[in-house]
Amino acid sequence: MSAPREWIPAGAASIAAAVREGTVSATELVRESFDRAALVKAGADGLNCILSSDRDSSLRAAESHPVGGALAGVPVVLKDNIATTTLTTSCGSKILEGYTSPFNATVATKLQQAGAILVGKANMDEFAMGSSTEFSAYGAARNPIDTSRVPGGSSGGSAAAVAAGLAPIALGSETGGSVRQPAAFCGIVGVKPTYGLISRFGLVAFASSLDNIGVFGRTVDDSALAMQVLAGDDTTRDATSAPRPAPTFRTDSRDLTGVVIGKPREYFPESLPAPMREQCDRAIDALKARGATFRDVSLPHTDLALPVYYIIAPAECSANLARFDGVRYGMRIAGDGLRGMYEATRSKGFGAEVTRRILLGTYVLSAGYYDAYYRKAMEVRALISKDFTDVWASGVHALFTPTTASPAFQIGAISDPYEMYLCDLFTVSANLAEVPAMSVPIGRVQGLPVGGQIIAPKFGEADMFRVAYALETELGVEAHR
Amino acid sequence: MAVSKDDVRHIAGLARVGVPEERLDGLVTELNGILKHMDALERVPNTGIAEQADAARAGMPLGADERTSVPLERPRDQFAPLMRDGFFLVPRLATHDDAGEQS
Repeated sequence: MSAPREWIPAGAASIAAAVREGTVSATELVRESFDRAALVKAGADGLNCILSSDRDSSLRAAESHPVGGALAGVPVVLKDNIATTTLTTSCGSKILEGYTSPFNATVATKLQQAGAILVGKANMDEFAMGSSTEFSAYGAARNPIDTSRVPGGSSGGSAAAVAAGLAPIALGSETGGSVRQPAAFCGIVGVKPTYGLISRFGLVAFASSLDNIGVFGRTVDDSALAMQVLAGDDTTRDATSAPRPAPTFRTDSRDLTGVVIGKPREYFPESLPAPMREQCDRAIDALKARGATFRDVSLPHTDLALPVYYIIAPAECSANLARFDGVRYGMRIAGDGLRGMYEATRSKGFGAEVTRRILLGTYVLSAGYYDAYYRKAMEVRALISKDFTDVWASGVHALFTPTTASPAFQIGAISDPYEMYLCDLFTVSANLAEVPAMSVPIGRVQGLPVGGQIIAPKFGEADMFRVAYALETELGVEAHR
Repeated sequence: MAVSKDDVRHIAGLARVGVPEERLDGLVTELNGILKHMDALERVPNTGIAEQADAARAGMPLGADERTSVPLERPRDQFAPLMRDGFFLVPRLATHDDAGEQS
């Protein structure tokens, strides 16, 4: 068999195998990634999906990579809120412009130990607050499939980098759907793990009870491979890390005999556009063809998930972002005394959406409003979690839903903040309930990719991947871009 | 519930975010546009049972009661806005205007 002209489209597993066998070198793969970035214009003059990269640094890393790792020589892109010592970590914000972390996130270290090579830090909505990557302080990222459209967000740069062929794997972060939604918009796979499965040490915090690091891959198998490398106990560094070993996510089985999949009626409202419904029906037929049984189920508090999320997430962000005050790192703007310095720095450093969420969060936590908003939201969050546990207790192994209600929208099409929040309609519940969920390409609507979402019980990633493998295999490559 | 310009001034003060006077009206509209959707929660009876973030219901392990530190690959003064003798420097506290502040 002759070697392919381009390796990255072959996927992470094939690349790592070829590097281990000596068929291709890690330095050749770094060159391919940077050549591809130049070809597709990944920088600010084009897709604007990469905020920082250093070809020489990546080549040096490739020369010293461990050749035996599970991701030997695989180029990877990390979202710009994941701390790395070799490239900047700006979180898409002016307040951290030029900041380089003095330590590596656990996920960055694990990727490095597995032989992966960091080739870029990806554009994102500022501090991961957004659903389109239009709220980056460094300009909007563009969808490689249609550059007039958004790649989704907040991890839009990571999704665009994988879809454009810069890397077979990228990492993003998820607080309310920020991996699954851009994966759907860009025609790739996006995984949000169970809360606590992947260490968050070195992830710049947005909303601590909701944040996860998530994985993008071109295929289900590449996503499972990355999850295998990243998952596992990190309790010495991350208090939210689950003290359990990583299960096995990769499987050869494509048979779903005996698997019961729930179709929650709240995720298929009358308002769901007919072409979206048709793609979902096609995916459901594909899963049935693999032996799965479908059952109509209900998650009755689903309509409250967005209001709950947009109370809890801003409340937690208002506390987490208090650290950006011009004292220890990042931008400092002089003001009248210490207080003036705080206010001037945060006013100039944060963009409009981050400011809006900090103010909203401060309001819902303030005296007189805490019970009405924050405490109430936490109570309803418990009901949303119970919806899921009730469904699992009824004998359902996984749920299938659309990832989004529509394909990627035009850049600039949404200006109302709450209308933008509606992009997270089908994704926020999984974060609130701390369950794993992933988006898999299921076809196209108006020529644009759309995703189907698979949700599983806590730490049920192995079953979730089993369903995803079967779906991907049955639908075939035409479901991908 | 809805916020007023005074509410926005107050919470901006609590959040230590400078908000120009000309931006207040816009923020009132935007925040109220969001808050009106939160009213949906009022129709749910109070349960008194709040969700707690929990990585593993079997119980979180308690870490040893000792200081741990992450080795830094570069010193703090390479990323701190202003440092001297190992201390972060801030404007003189004599100019601190918190005295008499309502919060």
